[in-house]
Amino acid sequence: MEYFAIIIGAIFVNNVVLSQFLGICPFLGVSNKVNTSLGMGAAVVFVMGISSIVVYLLQYYVLVPLGIEYMQTIAFILVIAALVQMVEIILKKISPALYQALGIFLPLITTNCAVLGVAILLVQKEYSLLESFTYAVSTAVGFALALTVFAGIRERLELNDVPQAMRGVPVALVTAGILAMAFMGFAGLV
Amino acid sequence: MKKWDILLKGIVRENPTFVLVLGMCPTLGTTTSAINGAGMGIATMFVLILSNIVIALIKNLIPDKVRIPAFIVVIASFVTIIQLLMQAYVPSLYETLGVFIPLIVVNCIILGRAEAFASKHNAFDSALDGLGIGLGFTLSLTLIGAVREMLGSGSVFGYKFITGDGMIAFVLAPGAFLVLGYLMALFNKLKTRMR
Repeated sequence: MEYFAIIIGAIFVNNVVLSQFLGICPFLGVSNKVNTSLGMGAAVVFVMGISSIVVYLLQYYVLVPLGIEYMQTIAFILVIAALVQMVEIILKKISPALYQALGIFLPLITTNCAVLGVAILLVQKEYSLLESFTYAVSTAVGFALALTVFAGIRERLELNDVPQAMRGVPVALVTAGILAMAFMGFAGLV
Repeated sequence: MKKWDILLKGIVRENPTFVLVLGMCPTLGTTTSAINGAGMGIATMFVLILSNIVIALIKNLIPDKVRIPAFIVVIASFVTIIQLLMQAYVPSLYETLGVFIPLIVVNCIILGRAEAFASKHNAFDSALDGLGIGLGFTLSLTLIGAVREMLGSGSVFGYKFITGDGMIAFVLAPGAFLVLGYLMALFNKLKTRMR
């Protein structure tokens, strides 16, 4: 039941993009086509799942025993950046097909603040290892969901006659605002 | 004259929020009120100026291949410093901004300026550039925060000018997207008008 609450909460109620404002750059950047946003979403699920475990181990077996929790930001960003590189190399070797599908999105993930943001939130919420993993994967699924829904809307939006000043980012932001309003309907679910 | 140009370009011509559209996460996430927006902007400006200076000073010592990781370590160190300072001196603001303080590390504005400006110019110019871009960012965040606070709770910088509540939605998540979207459209409109 507890895990169920974490999953629903992370995907719908506190959606990472639409209510916590993490990962806005890829949300606005790669959400032009449904296909690319699915690829990006899958890559984020993959990296966030692995990074949640690595970050947990780093926090509780390295930083806390050494008493250097204040090094959190530096340690986490370096580990995440290295991790993304490593995932890219390993994936290229063992699963070329998956690499083909996710490859171009992986470098972009280092700059996705959702990965670092979730890592910090996990430590703040004092989750256990399994809870961390559940929360991270659900958050990433929430990200993929928001990205895909948004891409669907944007594909339609391109065919419409948008006023000159609103074209591009402004109209995307207003659309995201309306989408965020729709997601507010999930509040109180858990 | 050229120095003025470096300083002023960040405020309008290369405004990080409305023109370059960088650093959207803190822009949307922390602008629930004018004070919070200004706080976030100033914290970012602090990191931006200092990391620009340090990177400009050490740029010749860093091998080109490990440039980006080295920049990130410099930036992350300053973020940790401001994190500890804010925790000590403005704990309430630190609480409100929450996760967005450590996330200054991945703010693309800072790494972007390090790569595009500080790694090519001297320390003084880089400091000016950091100050200009930082001011532009702070002004935009304060403006967005002020508009959201006005519509959402009927006050500016905490001074209430209507009785009762405002439209709460503007303080919540949807308001952030809507206000930024319309302000950006307004900025575009004014820019084409001026030309």
